Amino acid sequence: MSIQVQNIHKGFGDFVALGDVSLDFPTGELVALLGPSGCGKTTLLRIIAGLESADSGRVLLDGEDASDTHVRERHVGFVFQHYALFRHMSVFDNVAFGLRMKPRAERPAEKLIRAKVHDLLKLVQLDWLADRFPSQLSGGQRQRIALARALAVEPRVLLLDEPFGALDAKVRKELRRWLRRLHDQLHITSIFVTHDQEEALEVADRVVLMDHGKVEQIGSPEEVYRHPATPFVHGFLGAVNPFHGHVEGNALRIGGDRLPHPIADGFAHGDKVIAFARPHELDILTDAAETDGVPARISRVLSFGVTARIELDGLSGVTGQHFEVELTRDRVAALALREGQTVRLQPSRLRVFAQ
Amino acid sequence: MSRRSLRVLPGFNLTLGYTLFYLSVIVLIPLSAVFVKTAGLGFGQFWDVVTTPRVLASYRLSFGASLLAAAINAVFGLALAWVLVRYSFPGKKLVDALIDLPFALPTAVAGIALTALYAPNGWLGSALEPLGIKVAFTPLGVLVALVFIGLPFVVRTVQPILEDLDTELEEAAASLGARRWQTFRYVTLPILLPALLTGFALAFARAVGEYGSVIFIAGNIPMVSEITPLMIITKLEQYDYAGATAIAVVMLLFSFVLLLAINGLQAWTEKATGRNR
Repeated sequence: MSIQVQNIHKGFGDFVALGDVSLDFPTGELVALLGPSGCGKTTLLRIIAGLESADSGRVLLDGEDASDTHVRERHVGFVFQHYALFRHMSVFDNVAFGLRMKPRAERPAEKLIRAKVHDLLKLVQLDWLADRFPSQLSGGQRQRIALARALAVEPRVLLLDEPFGALDAKVRKELRRWLRRLHDQLHITSIFVTHDQEEALEVADRVVLMDHGKVEQIGSPEEVYRHPATPFVHGFLGAVNPFHGHVEGNALRIGGDRLPHPIADGFAHGDKVIAFARPHELDILTDAAETDGVPARISRVLSFGVTARIELDGLSGVTGQHFEVELTRDRVAALALREGQTVRLQPSRLRVFAQ
Repeated sequence: MSRRSLRVLPGFNLTLGYTLFYLSVIVLIPLSAVFVKTAGLGFGQFWDVVTTPRVLASYRLSFGASLLAAAINAVFGLALAWVLVRYSFPGKKLVDALIDLPFALPTAVAGIALTALYAPNGWLGSALEPLGIKVAFTPLGVLVALVFIGLPFVVRTVQPILEDLDTELEEAAASLGARRWQTFRYVTLPILLPALLTGFALAFARAVGEYGSVIFIAGNIPMVSEITPLMIITKLEQYDYAGATAIAVVMLLFSFVLLLAINGLQAWTEKATGRNR
């Protein structure tokens, strides 16, 4: 089922949590709402679920205006960050809850409920835990039970609020992959909220980036990562090295230094801009005669991974700024980099935004 | 060679010793004195004293009214705690402070105030009289006084649990299609039940032992509105110490068994609500 939100506005006192947000979630997709804490992503999810109401704007479920319907009539499955399992009920009773609360006329027979709950527990691979209580489960198991519980009532959409936020790194990674597989199996329209860009890029079909109550960019993980539309998106998705300066002919001028780089159309001579290069898009030049690029002093060389990471402190025009460069270990060996050495940084690729 | 146990918390021996000593001096010795004094009677005489019709009627009133008052307080105390925790309204702090007033007020003052209010010529009494409802000087009056003094117990035991209760649980229930009363019945209430039972037990215990506030409004009509503590006082006034302690022993045993049963019920619900897991 499709979900649309139109011109949603929500404020808490003077704070604008959502400012005129309109989005379209097509049927069957797994969409990530990604942004820093306080960007309004959870508020938006709760408004879609009906747990919170917008000051203005509409929520359309399957094309029908659901803005004034109660959460229990919206048929949405909601998964909470802290699971919200009923601790006085066994795992089985938790999953059966939604079915048992149905009006008598719609309620399936206890035998059918039993069968259905066991099917769901099998789906989340935890049918051997049916008689346990939530407090006897690990965090990852609890979240899978919470998901099974939400799926029991056959929701039209699945909404997950930071579903892996309370789990440790290893379990998170496992559950991420598991959620993706589950979605490929069920094809239920799903939205999940996260502040973890890696999680969003890895799991979702589409990513909606939000900041300060506004949508910054929508696109496939590939799209938003390769072609960030705004400085915020660029900065939020992965590590970046920013350069503040102005356009000078065919180069970027930063104080007394110059970054030779073809500047895209639409920028005029003298325009103030901000440019970004990712760590792997920066090269280190050790030739003292080199005049292009920005000067920097190496503060640390970390070469324990597949690639080596070099941390540098900017000099002259970029004093006070820190840079991060990723090079292959061979390249580091060839350059014979050492800590304290003064070098120049030159980007191989630069994304330029007007400032 | 035995190893010294390495306890982190200090002072186990000292605190346990002190606890036992304190409990003995303050609670056990006075209580056993009641039994010792009673033992002077012999069983036949004891049985005669504690089963006279007037005393039997007082048991019925004391325990019946106390249980009923505790039950009423459980319901309305829960409602009060709910309102105080879940909503904010002007004067909330004041209402919160008012709850404890029955604790602070000398019971005799409460008794006189209630009597003045509910007497046939009092504000409320005069309004109820034409409706055929008599409160003062009837068992109903006893109930009113016991409800009054038992109010804070349920509110104060349920309130912190309700404050800790995650609203996400209720949101989860609603998103699963549960109606408001279903959410309350199957999610909220089971979590509050152990605290509610504790409050009930406390309110009941207080009501059974209450004397000052009841004695004025009850009117103390033999066979109708005499409470058991009054029977004890009456015996004392006649210098019948053994008779007084005999009734006290019955009351003590009754209360003990009832409180034990409530505690057992509470332990069971706590296990069932998964708190100890």
